[in-house]
Amino acid sequence: MEDVERPFPPGHYDVVVVGSGPGGLQTSHCLSQLGVDHAVISQDEAPGGMFRRFPIFERLISWTKPDAPVERGSREYEWYDHNSLLGDPGTGALTPEFMDRSFDVPSRAEMEAALVAFTERAGVQVRYGCRWSGTRQDGDAFALETDHGEYRCRFAVFAIGVTQPWTPPIRGSELATHYVGTRPASNYRDKRVVIIGKRNSAFEVGNGLLPWARELVLVSPRPVQLELLPHSPLRLRYLQPYEEYVRGGAGTYVVNAAIQQIERADGGLRVVAEGTTWPGRLEFDADEVILATGFEAPLGDLRELGVATVLNDRIPALSPFFESLSAPGLFFAGNITAGSRGIRKHGVGPNSTSVNGFRYNARVLAEHLAERLGIERPRPRLERDDLVPFLLRELSRAPELWIQKTFLGRVVSVSEDGLRDEGIVPLEHFLDAGGGDAVCAAVEMNPRTAIYPALYVRRGGRITEHELPWHPVHAFEGHQYAQDVEAILAPLLRS
Amino acid sequence: MEQSRPDIVESLARLTLFADLTQAQLESIAHRFDEEVFAEGQRILRTGLSGGGLYLIIDGEALIRINGQVRARFGPGEFFGEIGVLLGEPPNADVEAATFLRCLEIPGAEVEPFLVEFPRVMYRMLQSEARRLRTTTEWKT
Repeated sequence: MEDVERPFPPGHYDVVVVGSGPGGLQTSHCLSQLGVDHAVISQDEAPGGMFRRFPIFERLISWTKPDAPVERGSREYEWYDHNSLLGDPGTGALTPEFMDRSFDVPSRAEMEAALVAFTERAGVQVRYGCRWSGTRQDGDAFALETDHGEYRCRFAVFAIGVTQPWTPPIRGSELATHYVGTRPASNYRDKRVVIIGKRNSAFEVGNGLLPWARELVLVSPRPVQLELLPHSPLRLRYLQPYEEYVRGGAGTYVVNAAIQQIERADGGLRVVAEGTTWPGRLEFDADEVILATGFEAPLGDLRELGVATVLNDRIPALSPFFESLSAPGLFFAGNITAGSRGIRKHGVGPNSTSVNGFRYNARVLAEHLAERLGIERPRPRLERDDLVPFLLRELSRAPELWIQKTFLGRVVSVSEDGLRDEGIVPLEHFLDAGGGDAVCAAVEMNPRTAIYPALYVRRGGRITEHELPWHPVHAFEGHQYAQDVEAILAPLLRS
Repeated sequence: MEQSRPDIVESLARLTLFADLTQAQLESIAHRFDEEVFAEGQRILRTGLSGGGLYLIIDGEALIRINGQVRARFGPGEFFGEIGVLLGEPPNADVEAATFLRCLEIPGAEVEPFLVEFPRVMYRMLQSEARRLRTTTEWKT
């Protein structure tokens, strides 16, 4: 009887989305907008995914500016709001509505409330309490086993988060607590705490424990690379433990060392480590050891279906359209889309681990799935005189290009039929998939962290790269840029 | 179950290029640089496109293509991308995965500090380059 009231009973759908975190919700919303038949199932009882529990110390790391020079809810506003899902008027830009503005970033609870509101207002349907437990390939189709029955689909999209605690092979790691088991900060009062890791979660915990712990040591093999911070997922706001250490503050240490083992000693724990940027060995006595060593995707049986992984076997290796590189038909959404690495020009990867980036990946994925299912999306015609201003506007203000630098681009095709706006496309796909004459506009960052616009022109099957100068306030719409772009496009438009 | 899954540090330890490094140094490299995976046929470096890095092959094979012609094939322990990085020029060849390919990627801007920090790796790279040069010279004569 309950099944009658619940959406998406077991059965056949073109697409089945697993997960009700921001990745699943965004994918479902985009699929609905394109008219793609799909079901959404989730083992949770409510929307929100990881934001129902994390981050531990309750503060997100990506900003939302409730007031901005552009209208809230507009496409341009997305560049000021890195935490809201993409919706229609009334359903997008919801996060600032829930922020009390005590910080420039939302709290976990505010983020969760915004996701719940999005689900309600955008009408995203989810079959909650439905746990995916197994996967089977059956010809061109997939069968997903759940505790509610079997779902069959042509394409499966797993928006299951990178949520399973990951522990490196360290001897004695069972004596430590993973980040997910971190208790309220007051529990660490007057304790010696060793945190293994130097990425976001390590510094988040370190920052949270500073007022409570007696001694704090952050240790991992990799140094904090200050010069690379703009490229790094590590956020400056958490760096207070590092600042204390480099200024010689007492009781806080940030050490570059490989962990040899964790052992019991003197009624507590001891971490034995060997220097990576200095010769020698150190032993740290601790009351608590926290493994801030990150997470992996809970892939279940997907490896057995041939899903290859990357980044030390933590997440699936994905195509530019977020399909498994080794198991066609299996797609991923949400922060797992970090497995699609892009061209990594100058070593810069996409922002796919956070909502600001993967919300655009979800839209690209939905459009790709729609095409694979035979649903054509509109490709609006562009007038010749509008092309240069259009590209410069995109380069200056398109949030997709600014957030997913060197990863997503705006493509305009050129043919006898005229100019067509092909929308937002993975840059790697544009460069490698071939096709007719076209131009792709992308925003990039060089090793000196200067942000600059770039155009890639495909003419007669050959690609040429054109990097334009950077500008101190990113104003790429001036006369000189227009002249430069005209000159770059002239051969394309003549042919 | 965890232990049967491939560990990047173990994979790096098997490469001749890193034969002189300590376990701690290998861990430092594994934490500092990312592993990248490519499907057969997927491109890694593109002719004329700047910003590439140095790639060390962990598993699989890559092929070098100039004007559509396959000119070389590299396997585990070998590397590519170094010419573009060292000369600061875009590559004059396409590099694509000949099989499913797993590499360690060192972004271009980090190659010099990396080689200076690990001179034994630089020495072994020079040996590889010398072998390649010898092969090229033999081929021409």
